[in-house]
Amino acid sequence: MMNSLFNNEPFVLAFVLGVYLASLYLYRKTKLSFLHPVLISIGVIILILESLNISYTTFKQGSRLIDFMLGPSVVSLGVLLFEHYEHIRKNALAIITAVFVGSFIGIVSVMAIAMALGADSSVIASLQPKSVTTPIAIDLAAKNGGNVSITAIVVVVVGVFGGITGPFILDKLGISSKLARGLALGSAAHGLGTARAMELGAIEGAISGLAIGLMGFATAILIPLINLLFLLF
Amino acid sequence: MLKGLFIILLFLVVGNGISLLIGDFIPGSVIGMILLFLGLLTRLIKKEDVKGSADALTGNMSLFFVPAGVGLMEAFGLLRQNLSAIIVSILISTILVVMVTGWLIQKLEKRNDE
Repeated sequence: MMNSLFNNEPFVLAFVLGVYLASLYLYRKTKLSFLHPVLISIGVIILILESLNISYTTFKQGSRLIDFMLGPSVVSLGVLLFEHYEHIRKNALAIITAVFVGSFIGIVSVMAIAMALGADSSVIASLQPKSVTTPIAIDLAAKNGGNVSITAIVVVVVGVFGGITGPFILDKLGISSKLARGLALGSAAHGLGTARAMELGAIEGAISGLAIGLMGFATAILIPLINLLFLLF
Repeated sequence: MLKGLFIILLFLVVGNGISLLIGDFIPGSVIGMILLFLGLLTRLIKKEDVKGSADALTGNMSLFFVPAGVGLMEAFGLLRQNLSAIIVSILISTILVVMVTGWLIQKLEKRNDE
């Protein structure tokens, strides 16, 4: 009976949307960053599917419309990029340089540490795009032999962690420029870093939003290049 | 709304096409994002035409990756085996990205704006 219900696309869509909205409500009520609606939704849905004995294949089939929206949402980031570009024209080259270097350090360091700790190669490929906004990260992980589910969770964890610790680290380093603070938060912690940057100020928020798109672009170019280098050595 | 959605899908299709042509090197969605940015910059696309749809999509982006995350139910084993490596590497690497990006841009930026 339950299986036929989960074979019904409108039911699955309503189910996911319902769980997500409830998680969002909980998040806004409690304001606790580790109760991020994505993490709670994923946990609750897995628990429900497991207890009803519904396979992931069945669920995946029913929820593909939501999954499809990832592509268009990445393209839409182009508008965000454009709106924020107007703020930073003067520093465009400096910003692109900093984001590319940050992206490079992020990919190489996560690979090196995970390798040293004996992680599987598919896990390493799942971790490479960890600082990139999830829809882009999922695409990049899939393209490079990673596990998209691990990527989806890791990216959110990175966002929560970077959003919480980022301003503290920047204070410790004496980095006070609004441009630098916004860019660092968006580059390391994508949308969640941007949410935090917006709390710091409008300029920080705008620059952080720009960093999301740039970081996605930089990481998309750098991952295949870095993988090529690793293959050579 | 519909016009915006059409433009966004069109850029996704073109992005996917270019991605195929360059050997799947960069995801089509990322190419579509950059092309839409360039389209807006060159005034080929009017911001009012896409803004509504784009905001609706980017504003609810978190929802769209819930189905992919649920796939974790099939990857529990892999996650458990690599848990400490995953946690240690992502946390250290995230701190490094904050430090490097923040420090470098502060060195490079031209002051006198803001």
